[in-house]
Amino acid sequence: MSIFGWAALVMIALGLLFNGSPEIAANTPPPAITEVKIDNFSFTPVTLTVTAGTTVTWTNRDDIPHTVVSADDAKTFKSKVMDTDEKFSFTFTKAGTYTYFCSVHPKMTGTVVVK
Amino acid sequence: MGEKPKDQILHDHNNDGVDRRGFLKCMAWAGTGALCVMQGGVLKSYSMSRIKELDAKKMAGELSFVQISDSHMGFNKPANPDVAGTLKAAIDKINGLAAPPEFMLHTGDISHLSKPEEFDTVEQILKGASAKDVFYVPGEHDVLNDDGQQYRERYGKGTKGAGWYSFDKKGVHFIGLVNVLNLKAGGLGTLGHEQLEWMEDDVAHLKSSTPIVVFAHIPLWSVYPEWGWGTEDSAQALAYLKKFGSVTVLNGHIHQTMQKIEGNVTFHTAASTSFPQPQPGKADSPGPMKVPADQLRSLLGITDVNYVRGQHALAVVDSTLG
Repeated sequence: MSIFGWAALVMIALGLLFNGSPEIAANTPPPAITEVKIDNFSFTPVTLTVTAGTTVTWTNRDDIPHTVVSADDAKTFKSKVMDTDEKFSFTFTKAGTYTYFCSVHPKMTGTVVVK
Repeated sequence: MGEKPKDQILHDHNNDGVDRRGFLKCMAWAGTGALCVMQGGVLKSYSMSRIKELDAKKMAGELSFVQISDSHMGFNKPANPDVAGTLKAAIDKINGLAAPPEFMLHTGDISHLSKPEEFDTVEQILKGASAKDVFYVPGEHDVLNDDGQQYRERYGKGTKGAGWYSFDKKGVHFIGLVNVLNLKAGGLGTLGHEQLEWMEDDVAHLKSSTPIVVFAHIPLWSVYPEWGWGTEDSAQALAYLKKFGSVTVLNGHIHQTMQKIEGNVTFHTAASTSFPQPQPGKADSPGPMKVPADQLRSLLGITDVNYVRGQHALAVVDSTLG
């Protein structure tokens, strides 16, 4: 069989595997990002978009401690201080735009957009 | 360096006995380990190597104290794996001063993670200093997780609000301010309305000839806002001190010495006893700066301050640990 023949065979096989047309296999969305890395006095990604119900985890890779505190008056989320390699997680149940910052270094800011 | 004619007052424009250009010249010498003291209206400088030859009393002036800062007890990363050792070296340096300081100021970041054992260790090490009295203000690393409750339990006796207070020594009025709480997203250090009102009242009845020393963790002038090196509402605090002929502002937080003179106000930041940080804008972020091990101690240090009654500017001298 030619290379195209094999390609076609693989596509059909994948199509059957996903119970639909071959196009669905090619369009599977990548897994949603739910991690924020803290390093070099910044949050990466600085803006994270997630769906309601998602748990976001912040990991501190910097050599200095940081915190994650929501900027709203209600203080929707507020971590304890995280030293290097420590983590903080929060599950966003309500849609909205959540600005947060590091309460130790308030110039560090980030946003989580919950759809 | 001895009593040469160029050390005498040459330009007394403000008629207050202070030759500001001479003072600034002396500050430049200070970087090489000189001690500048105001005596009888004359700014004299003595190199550290000649200190033993000189009469300690003559040189000490009337009030002598030391500022240390940013001990970050608990920090253990490559920039300095032994912050207890370098703090001990700072105490040794203090104990080696010809004129023993009457007390010490610690301008905050005593601990690294606000842990009880970290505060305990600093307390232990400071017990070895010749100066037994220590006055503190908190850094942002001292008020983690509990908005400073533990800090106030340890060091807050006689303080108000978040831990601010004032006291007098030999006619000099000292004001300890807290600018590391209630920080807002994207903001700088902050003093807050309540503290500012207290300060206004605190200095209202003082004679304008009273020398003032203000100490707080984050700089009270705009060193580098991009890195949070400033205090949002410090202008208000400084406005309350406008009437005074001599104001010295001592800060920490930036882990390097920096100085600015503006009219009657001398702003000065101390080096850290734990790890250095980059100069403004010289790195991506203000984190701990790694240097070759044999250079570390030359970037850490203490600040010695001397005041002679009747003179205006306090002599502020930095010396490194090695």
